[in-house]
Amino acid sequence: MKESISLTWRRIPERYRMVGSRCTACGSHYFPPRQICPSCRRKGKVEPFEFCGRGTIYSFTEIHSPPEGFEKQVPYVMAIVELEEGTRCTGQVVDVHRKDIKIGDKVESVFRRILSDDPEGPIHYGFKFRLKK
Amino acid sequence: MVMRKVAIIGAGMTKFGENWESGFREMVTEAGIKALTDSNVKGDEISAGYVGTMASGSLVGQEHVGALIADYMGLNPVPITRVEGACASGSLALRQGILAVASGLHDTVVVGGVEKMTDLDTNAVGRILGGAGDQEWELFMGATFPGLYAMMARRHMHEYGTTEEMLASVAVKNHYNGARNKYAQFQKEITLESALASKVVADPLKVMDCSPITDGAAAVVLAPLDSASSYTKKPIEVMASEQASGTLALHDRDSITSIKASRIASGRAYKKAGLSPKDISVAEVHDCFTIAEIIATEDLGFFSPGEGGRAALEGRTRLEGEIPINTSGGLKATGHPVGATGVKQACEVTWQLRNDAGERQVRDVEHALTHNVGGSGATSVIHIFRRGY
Repeated sequence: MKESISLTWRRIPERYRMVGSRCTACGSHYFPPRQICPSCRRKGKVEPFEFCGRGTIYSFTEIHSPPEGFEKQVPYVMAIVELEEGTRCTGQVVDVHRKDIKIGDKVESVFRRILSDDPEGPIHYGFKFRLKK
Repeated sequence: MVMRKVAIIGAGMTKFGENWESGFREMVTEAGIKALTDSNVKGDEISAGYVGTMASGSLVGQEHVGALIADYMGLNPVPITRVEGACASGSLALRQGILAVASGLHDTVVVGGVEKMTDLDTNAVGRILGGAGDQEWELFMGATFPGLYAMMARRHMHEYGTTEEMLASVAVKNHYNGARNKYAQFQKEITLESALASKVVADPLKVMDCSPITDGAAAVVLAPLDSASSYTKKPIEVMASEQASGTLALHDRDSITSIKASRIASGRAYKKAGLSPKDISVAEVHDCFTIAEIIATEDLGFFSPGEGGRAALEGRTRLEGEIPINTSGGLKATGHPVGATGVKQACEVTWQLRNDAGERQVRDVEHALTHNVGGSGATSVIHIFRRGY
């Protein structure tokens, strides 16, 4: 997978610090950020919100057949994480074997390399999760 | 505004599979000619066309395929429009064709669906199909389509006690049906044991839980129901055509053990047709993965939430069961050339309603339903049909 440098640069707040958004009209949180709150639409007011990165495993899988760019990482665990603030996002869970994870486990975000295009290309960083001790 | 009733007057498809000898344009032309021949429509009677394809640009480098098809079908200057909604592209094209005829804008419309997928290696195709999900927030993170459906399966198991045997039983049933379909990619029965022993793709989904990478095309011809009998003795009436959207990313759904867009679209379709789930005789549903068929049979109201897996294992969805699902072999055994799938579903139910389905014919088919899903459920398209003769 190749991703443009400008896209990676544009997503730095979201990927490095989990900056999403919050609607001050209804209190809903969104990650990744949205320009419009789907509940309030144009009556809502959306502002940036930094998530704490803690949450619980809502569902998970272990990927054995990877997409391009992830060949060297298999097998790896992916999860939908329910964040403490009340929305969900998708990310890898690191340093864990499939048998040691279950729905409901507590996790926290960590800063990791997601992938690199090729040996001389840019390295794309972002958040992953690990089980909270 | 009074809308006209619409009928399918012809259907045709290519063999689905690894069609190495046949390219994008050859397949779509072959399916189109078969459907037009079946319909007895003359070329100069066609007033418009719609074609569903998800990713021709990424898979074969060809965009502008509406013009390509008009050209290679010898139909210039007939307007042909490409429609895209990931794996639901075929049903979206069908729906556009239905709207065009129903509105009175066009009289005779040809609808195609096509995907040429085996010119690239599996990992590249996997990445391209990933574009049906959220590229920046699912795929970039390392998720794959089997991975997303695997998380739906894991949650379904957690909430309802669905088992890997129940998942595998869907594949066994669809291979049984596919073995009776000359167009299917896999015309071979499998056992529950072999399905359970197949290689893990994204736990708990194994190879035999996944639809394959497939080349293929399918086409139907539409006309106003009023004039359909002047072309064919067996027109098939479109009773309902409904579409709904859901969130692009799986993680944004309230529930991942149901596809809300399918519940909404099918609810509207039943209402429009004046039917309930009990009235449906056969259904072609979107089994891109075995869990997807289980969820579909719940979303369509054939079984209550959480009961779809048990129903599949008990054989209630087999050819001789109370609601035969995926008589064609589904996406699992017929194959899944993504843009062609929705139109193939319409071909299959047309043949079932006409009593032309051969060895896999279900008795006394009165109402047939198709269910075609884009991505992990961000687009859902439902059609209901009955005999128009």
